[in-house]
Amino acid sequence: MKPAWPLDPKSSECNCAKCDGEKPAGASAPSGMIYMDYNATTPLDRRVLDTMMPYLTDDFGNAASRSHAFGWKAQAAVDQARDEVAKLINAQGKDIVFTSGATESDNLAIKGVAEMYRSKGNHIITCPAEHKAVIDPCKRLATEGFDITWVAPDANGVVQPEAVAAAITDKTVLISIMAVNNETGVINPIAEIGRLAKQRGVIFHTDATQALGKIPLDVEAMGVDLMSLSAHKIYGPKGVGALYVRRSGPRVRLVCQMDGGGHERGLRSGTLNVPGIAGFGAACRIAGDEMTEATERIARLRDRLEEGVMAGLDKVQRNGHPTLRVCGTSNLSFAYVEGESLMMKLANVAVSSGSACTSASLEPSHVLKAMGVGDDLAHSSIRFSLGRFTTEAEVEYVIEQTIKSVRELRQLSPLYEMAQEGVDLSKVAWKGH
Amino acid sequence: MQYGDKLNDHFNNPRNVGSMDKSAQDVGTGIVGAPECGDVMKLQIQVAPDGTIVDAKFKTFGCGSAIAASSLATEWIKGRSVEQASEIKNTDIANELALPPVKVHCSVLAEDAVRAAIADWKSKNLAANKTEN
Repeated sequence: MKPAWPLDPKSSECNCAKCDGEKPAGASAPSGMIYMDYNATTPLDRRVLDTMMPYLTDDFGNAASRSHAFGWKAQAAVDQARDEVAKLINAQGKDIVFTSGATESDNLAIKGVAEMYRSKGNHIITCPAEHKAVIDPCKRLATEGFDITWVAPDANGVVQPEAVAAAITDKTVLISIMAVNNETGVINPIAEIGRLAKQRGVIFHTDATQALGKIPLDVEAMGVDLMSLSAHKIYGPKGVGALYVRRSGPRVRLVCQMDGGGHERGLRSGTLNVPGIAGFGAACRIAGDEMTEATERIARLRDRLEEGVMAGLDKVQRNGHPTLRVCGTSNLSFAYVEGESLMMKLANVAVSSGSACTSASLEPSHVLKAMGVGDDLAHSSIRFSLGRFTTEAEVEYVIEQTIKSVRELRQLSPLYEMAQEGVDLSKVAWKGH
Repeated sequence: MQYGDKLNDHFNNPRNVGSMDKSAQDVGTGIVGAPECGDVMKLQIQVAPDGTIVDAKFKTFGCGSAIAASSLATEWIKGRSVEQASEIKNTDIANELALPPVKVHCSVLAEDAVRAAIADWKSKNLAANKTEN
């Protein structure tokens, strides 16, 4: 079945008065906005929306209502979704705790373990290239007496299992290493880290938000005890996620972070978001069914994007491991050009940048910094992330626009001029501010 | 970041882009900022014997507001005397371009670039006067 997003020109006809029944230009036409920020979020797949709709309208029951059919229907939808989510990571439905998203899942996993196993130890191992939803809970725990070891990734962005192993002490209660990095798409050796965590009896959490549906995940084979997941990165709705919590071998116990009616095995109180959960289930089912075909197609498009851009421009650096990457992500630094200005030039292409100028903190990407990329190239980085609805025509257009924009901005760049004149930029005494 | 029309106009149609001969006696060059900080501005002025800025050029590595701020600065100082140009205020640039608070430092950088260019021209020409005397 062909994925049907509203922007797919072949599947939807525009009904607005202006178009007079004509088809809209659609995502493949350069006249519209082109979305290449799939790692930020994804559009809802039409099939997911169709699954959700009844639970927003007629079948609106509370899944916790045991006394009538409204509740039973909602409960059945949640049960089905639980199994669908579990299947994609080779778990059981009972292992899945639904949350509001991966940020909540990360908080529940990290703080929940820290509080539960406090008497056993106060040491946590994680990585400085993690998402803020892992970094910030760890930083908070550090203020509460926990020792955090930050294991830096290598220059390719990969966390080395030996480095994690070397950090384990008899006080270590948790290792939290992401499966796939959101900025670079780099895949970490989760199975190896899981194996050594098991050997040393340490609980292993992985934030798999960017991995779900893009690479095969198997909590058993990978030795994962806790896994954070999100729906909106895989063409599901925003505001719903899950935490896989291992029930045996070993049984992982958590202190819940939300007290209330005791929903979700007492680990996450609060009325279940039934339509969102039903959508998450459908999104997981579709992602699983189409993974092989989709990842091959998207990887081909991503590779074409990189090849095209690099053929037209010199001094382009790819950030992250060249092959240990998920299909859709390309993180490139365009020397002598600042990221935000490049995004402005690429006016009708939605991408993101590791430049400080795009962040509220005015700090360049902490992920690139952790990998040892210089601040100058971090400021010059752009993340292209492709997905289910990316077309060849879009990729060709983005290649052309990127080359044109970088050339224009380099003509405007004093750094490019100096480099052309043979000045070694690293030796200039800059008057920073 | 979403910007206003004036800023977008300066970004999309930057005024006075280019370079002058740094070693020319009547040219002052200011280079401020650092690549690690994400912005570097080079601003140059050409000054007539009567102290009028007859031409100004810039090149900027930086975000959209840094590029727009330097473009606007060159537009404002062209035709002014060196004294008038040295009174340029970052707040005026920030107001004209409706810079959001996090981007105000871009206007500061543009002001610094103008002052640095004037200082360079002054040092060259004061030195020249001294050798002549």
